[in-house]
Amino acid sequence: MLILRCPYCGVDADETELAPGGEAHIKRSGPGSTDEEFETYLFAKVNPKGVHFERWRHSHGCGKWFHVARCTETLEVFGSYRAQTLKPPKAIIDKIAGRRPGWAGGRN
Amino acid sequence: MSTRLAAGGRLIERSRTVRFRFNGTELTGFDGDTLASALLANNKLLVGRSFKYHRPRGIVASGPEEPNALVSLGEGNRFEPNRRATDTELSEGLVAVSQNHWPSLEFDIGSVADRLSRFLPAGFYYKTFIWPRRGWASMYEPAIRHSAGLGKPPRERDPDRYEHCHVHVDVLVVGGGISGLAAADRLSRAGVRVLLIEQSAHWGGRSLNDCAEFDGDPVDEWVNRKVDELRQRETVRLLGRTTGTGVYDHGYALALERVSEPEGPGSGVRHRLWRIRANKIVLASGAIERPICFAGNDVPGVMLASAVRDYVLDFGVSPGDRTVLITNNDDAYRTAFALVDAGLTVPAILDVRPVSDGPAAKRARELGIPIENGKAIAAVKGRSRVRGVSICAHAGEGAVLGELECDCVAMSGGWSPAVHLWSHCGGRLVWDPVGVMFRPDGNNPPRDAAGRSMVWPVGAANGQLDAAGAMEGALTGAADVLNELGFNEVPVSAPHIEADSGCPVMAAWLVPNGLGHSGKSKAWVDFQNDVKVSDIELAVREGYTSPEHAKRYTTLGMATDQGKLSNVNGLGLLSRALNLGECEAGTTTFRPPYTPVALGAIAGDAKGDLFKPVRKTPMDGWHSGRGAIWEPVSDWRRPYCYLSTGGETVSEAVSRESLAVRKSAGILDATTLGKILVKGRDAGRFLDMLYTNMMSNLQPGRCRYGLMCNENGFLMDDGVVARLDADTFLCHTTTGGAEHVHAWMEEWLQCEWWNWRVYTANVTEEFAQIAVAGPNARRILERIGGMEVGSESLPFMSWTSGNLGGFEVRIFRISFSGEISFEIAVGADEGLALWKALLDAGEGLDLQPYGTEALHVLRAEKGYVMIGDETDGTVTPQDLGLNWAISRKKKDYLGKRAQERPHLNHPDRWKLVGLKTVDSGTELPSGSHAIDSGTNAHGHTRMIGRVTSSYFSPILNRTIALALIERGPERMDEVLRFSTSNGVVEARISGTVFYDPEGTQLNA
Repeated sequence: MLILRCPYCGVDADETELAPGGEAHIKRSGPGSTDEEFETYLFAKVNPKGVHFERWRHSHGCGKWFHVARCTETLEVFGSYRAQTLKPPKAIIDKIAGRRPGWAGGRN
Repeated sequence: MSTRLAAGGRLIERSRTVRFRFNGTELTGFDGDTLASALLANNKLLVGRSFKYHRPRGIVASGPEEPNALVSLGEGNRFEPNRRATDTELSEGLVAVSQNHWPSLEFDIGSVADRLSRFLPAGFYYKTFIWPRRGWASMYEPAIRHSAGLGKPPRERDPDRYEHCHVHVDVLVVGGGISGLAAADRLSRAGVRVLLIEQSAHWGGRSLNDCAEFDGDPVDEWVNRKVDELRQRETVRLLGRTTGTGVYDHGYALALERVSEPEGPGSGVRHRLWRIRANKIVLASGAIERPICFAGNDVPGVMLASAVRDYVLDFGVSPGDRTVLITNNDDAYRTAFALVDAGLTVPAILDVRPVSDGPAAKRARELGIPIENGKAIAAVKGRSRVRGVSICAHAGEGAVLGELECDCVAMSGGWSPAVHLWSHCGGRLVWDPVGVMFRPDGNNPPRDAAGRSMVWPVGAANGQLDAAGAMEGALTGAADVLNELGFNEVPVSAPHIEADSGCPVMAAWLVPNGLGHSGKSKAWVDFQNDVKVSDIELAVREGYTSPEHAKRYTTLGMATDQGKLSNVNGLGLLSRALNLGECEAGTTTFRPPYTPVALGAIAGDAKGDLFKPVRKTPMDGWHSGRGAIWEPVSDWRRPYCYLSTGGETVSEAVSRESLAVRKSAGILDATTLGKILVKGRDAGRFLDMLYTNMMSNLQPGRCRYGLMCNENGFLMDDGVVARLDADTFLCHTTTGGAEHVHAWMEEWLQCEWWNWRVYTANVTEEFAQIAVAGPNARRILERIGGMEVGSESLPFMSWTSGNLGGFEVRIFRISFSGEISFEIAVGADEGLALWKALLDAGEGLDLQPYGTEALHVLRAEKGYVMIGDETDGTVTPQDLGLNWAISRKKKDYLGKRAQERPHLNHPDRWKLVGLKTVDSGTELPSGSHAIDSGTNAHGHTRMIGRVTSSYFSPILNRTIALALIERGPERMDEVLRFSTSNGVVEARISGTVFYDPEGTQLNA
């Protein structure tokens, strides 16, 4: 039962208010993409033990989708941010780097 | 024999007698007794039979760690199996029966398993029940099912109330012993909001029986003072009879409060499940004493030393006149002192340590209790109760040196911190070779969202078994937590406690150390699951060397007690068998709950009508009054059909309703269909991406049927889209799909096309929607008057708005029946009035309300697909022959790329066709598989399709079906064979439109 902060309404939401949405920052591959690109888009998701970027929706709250950077091993949350972005904000990357020296970054 | 002492018993009230029944016999105890203490007071030593070998078993412990004394409590609808007698408070009229025996506790046929135990070692069922394969259905499975499980499940519905309570606190303190009280005191003095929970009905924990003095006064004075102080602080809530059952992510914890026993008085609530959010958790859950593994350690009368002490001091009960003690530590000496104080005899303290020369040993010698150092028990004499022990050297193989008569054996293998709640959410453990215990590893704590330690173990739970150390640790821990929370400390004075300078504990996993195989086969590790030392060694021999494997192979620690007494001994023995260092093999994983939680408590109030709310349309009451048979459709309920008075059957009603639509008119409550408003400059562009067909070129005033696929290319939902104006669309969805489709739209708008100017609103419940269908439908609307509904002003697949007989409505001319049909939307509050007005207008025109089953019959007669019937998440629009609704012009839509994959275009895919059974009256059940000659790659009969919908069509007077068939459209008129529960049924492939293929009725 995680507690995650919704970056839209500012609520520290209990997991019962939220719906998970899998890995964040997935690039959509539509018509014209190769089989490999399409397979990666649809099926090749990471499942790291450690730093992970996830999608969540404040489904029983304001209804907004947002992203969370989180450690799947210790459940430490590095921060949440709006979904309208292609990559995590620098402040969150910096925080992760500070908390996890040697972290490779990105889809590690 | 066990009996009630003439005096003593801190917790009992001798002036209040309590009557109860055990196995049909009326017995008495005292107010304050547990069921276990009352049974012992009545010399009921034998309280159950073991799970596998049906060995006679007695009470071992005095708390929730008890593995043996599981009884069934209560009768009828309040029957409850597997209740621990040791933490069941005695109440007037309590009824308990023992478990796992037939015909009686004293004479049990199943105990033959004990004689056969040589042939039933760990894992025997993995090896035994293999051949012949036939034996499974007829012999093995029935036999295993018969012997599986300890108690019997209750047969009736639980009448009691259970409730959930949510609470947010700064700190949850688990455990009301001296550590928990001291920590809660320090925290709350600083202003921290504290919830302090204690599993028993009493505060102070073990300290009250362990004889330490605080500031020179008896401990209970300090305990009572602290409890009084805490009760007076507004920021503190104390809950007794409340067990911390689990610690989860980010400070979430569950605690079970036993408010009242079923038959006892109470608030009407039986259990209360506390759902706690705590910033920090102080774990003061104490420690659990370990048994010792020696031959015959499961004979009734062999008990934990601490339990023997508790029964004497708490309840004034003597477990035996002569108690032999066996120990590897000083703490157990306290039991000897308590027994001697009570006037009972301790023939010997068998101390496996070569030397014991601390204050405890000194005092024992002063009291004249013989101490036999380096000695152990070779065997216990007696079967259903202890008659004596034979003594041997601990270092040897068990050669008997002498015998002692006794009727009780008190054992202590040392203490294990109750680290369960530390471990539930990822806290690691370290092996402490000095204390001979696993203790919390402060470097690897469970962490909160900020990555900081979330749980603070203190006192015995942190391995500080002596009162002085525990007190110091609790106060230091509380100070650390205050610091973490940013509170200023308030100075507190710690009570003076005499330090306990004992002789150190010595690891003794097997006693005697060199015990042979025959002895190991009688030395129990897990009492409840009947796991012996020899079973662990067998697991190692067979290669199950990791703790998780050995646990599952032997079932060690997998019983209802979850190995509270057995796990650490098992891990010690496993490491020993592997020739590793002390407990080097590691641990298994602790999982919630700490003690079993009743399913009723987990459900709380979410049962019966409150389990799931039912969504009702504005016309629901009218349907109820007209004989509606209900069908649940997602969270809604809809009329399946309406039964006329006069004994009409359901199938007669469905026929009548569907024929009315075909021949005169029907009226349907279509309110539950999803309605989502999509608005904005980019709304058309957005819907072009969501639907497989083009929506952006739909003209205002017109409607279009659309399909939605997921990114896997499979059909997800369908419905009619109406364009309200240049930038507004109203998307109808299936009843079950409304919330999902709305969420799906939002997901794409928020996460992918966030710069598109589109807004969505789910307006499903804002409107009531009523379908009027059939040849008389138009006349009915014209009778009401106010709107032009002729073919020219309102052609098929168009909509209009206006005032229909005083109602502001939108009328969509769309059809799911193949008849001329108007779907009329009106504000939800006017739904019922419009419904009645339409019925009035239908007077004399044979207008009949129809339900979902007639709707299904009508749509199947026309070959219209139903999401969830023709689709199951693996079906594409192309499979359903809906290519006409897939745009070729659009560069992209959700699912388009997936539909380009070769597998989804394979000619062998199962495609939609109609089916007519060769015998027109024979039913072809939905779900029946079409079978081909030959076999598939696995040697099974080859399936070439399945029936997706099947109905009796009253208008055609025959059965009809829709099916997905391999290359179906290429096999027109072919007769296929279908496997049904009534044998093979033959059916001929036809087109999907069974009725009015030209659409004459629709366009009338």
